[in-house]
Amino acid sequence: MKIPPPIAMLAELTHRCPLSCPYCSNPLELARQETELDTETWARVFREAADLGVLQLHLSGGEPASRRDLTQLVLAARDAGLYTNLITSGIGLTERRLQELDKAGLDHIQLSLQGTTAEMADAVGGYKGGFARKMQVAEWIGAIGFPLTLNAVLHRHNLHQLPRALEMAVEMGARRIEVATVQFHGWALKNRGALMPTHAQAKEATRIVAEARAALKGTLVIDYVPADYHEDYPKRCMGGWGSSGLNVAPDGQVLPCHAAQSIPHLKFDRVTDKSLTEIWYRGAAFNAYRGTDWMAEPCKSCDRKLKDFGGCRCQAFALLGDATATDPVCVKSPQHGWLTSQTQAELQGADAPALGDPVAGEAGDVFDTSELTYRVLPRP
Amino acid sequence: MTPDDVPFLPRGVRLHFDKVRDTWVLLAPERAITLDAVGHAILGEVDGTRSFGEIAQALAARYDAPVEQITGDSAGFLGALRDRRFLEVAP
Repeated sequence: MKIPPPIAMLAELTHRCPLSCPYCSNPLELARQETELDTETWARVFREAADLGVLQLHLSGGEPASRRDLTQLVLAARDAGLYTNLITSGIGLTERRLQELDKAGLDHIQLSLQGTTAEMADAVGGYKGGFARKMQVAEWIGAIGFPLTLNAVLHRHNLHQLPRALEMAVEMGARRIEVATVQFHGWALKNRGALMPTHAQAKEATRIVAEARAALKGTLVIDYVPADYHEDYPKRCMGGWGSSGLNVAPDGQVLPCHAAQSIPHLKFDRVTDKSLTEIWYRGAAFNAYRGTDWMAEPCKSCDRKLKDFGGCRCQAFALLGDATATDPVCVKSPQHGWLTSQTQAELQGADAPALGDPVAGEAGDVFDTSELTYRVLPRP
Repeated sequence: MTPDDVPFLPRGVRLHFDKVRDTWVLLAPERAITLDAVGHAILGEVDGTRSFGEIAQALAARYDAPVEQITGDSAGFLGALRDRRFLEVAP
């Protein structure tokens, strides 16, 4: 099998973050600040990434603005010739810092949205005042003229805000919005029962997205990640393991996807020990689930195996304890019935504010957060 | 795309030569589009000053092709980029 070079790299600069969203995509064991790579090492990794074939660099976290050297890192990324995208909650960005990032050549900003009202957003992020701050940052982004993508993360408690999120994206002058329904890994899996949308909500979201795509053609591009577990077939995770993208964790471990550390038998190389090229082409973790040779039935003889590569390896491991199993969200998985009955039980009696429900407006923005497990960073 | 439209690449969208894959690509927010020779030739003419009509004339002269055919092909290509917000037209 010929291994193509990667197109995109996610640089998780830090796991530190002022927010503590209960669906955070960082691993349950967060990297401490003292283990983070320094500026020079990141700069070298960016050059190695460009030499390897990476075109798109996503500076992420945690909250990347928690790194004091963010501007230097953007400079280094642009020097390496990478298209540089900042994935941020906005917290920690000042007008002055944004101007510095502009001068450094930052190409694009992706701003996360935890809710369309302060009540919702601050409850989800566990950070009071965060929404107001974010709205201020969005204004500065617009004034400077950065291309903007709004990333609205949706779940049972805020899915009714989707129409407003689409309006907000247009008002902010965003060219794109990612409508991302929470996927159940790591922290989100801990909160699955509290966050999973109902079947009716998932269907309604798909309808709203389809209508908005038609109505906003040429104004707003909508990328949609539908609700996990509600479709017949699994998602083509990472476009196929080790086929198009890689992640570098704050401590320099190189991962095939952001959740890969949840598969305990995988060993990850570090950028401080080996070159990115060596790791991408020959690293054990990257070759573990590349292609289709690792597959068992029913994936092995499935006509969709090159379409979705059997779904998500991390999900197969998290739910079944076997990373080579068919992702159980697939209708062809022998465990699909078991998973469906589990999630149906979790959704039993779940309260979900309905779209278009007049009382859902403000009242729907207040929900019981005591059932959520917020992410926590251990103190040094 | 009408002949008077002046197309341009907005901030955050740029042409880039991909040395590793030996091809031109269009880099845009969270997207990288591989360009074939035709796509690269069309975008190479987009400078934010000349109109679509002028661009089609220039391409027709350079490639010794009927201007109607060039106009049709490039309008389709640029229109698709515009729908994805990778290309804009000066007001």
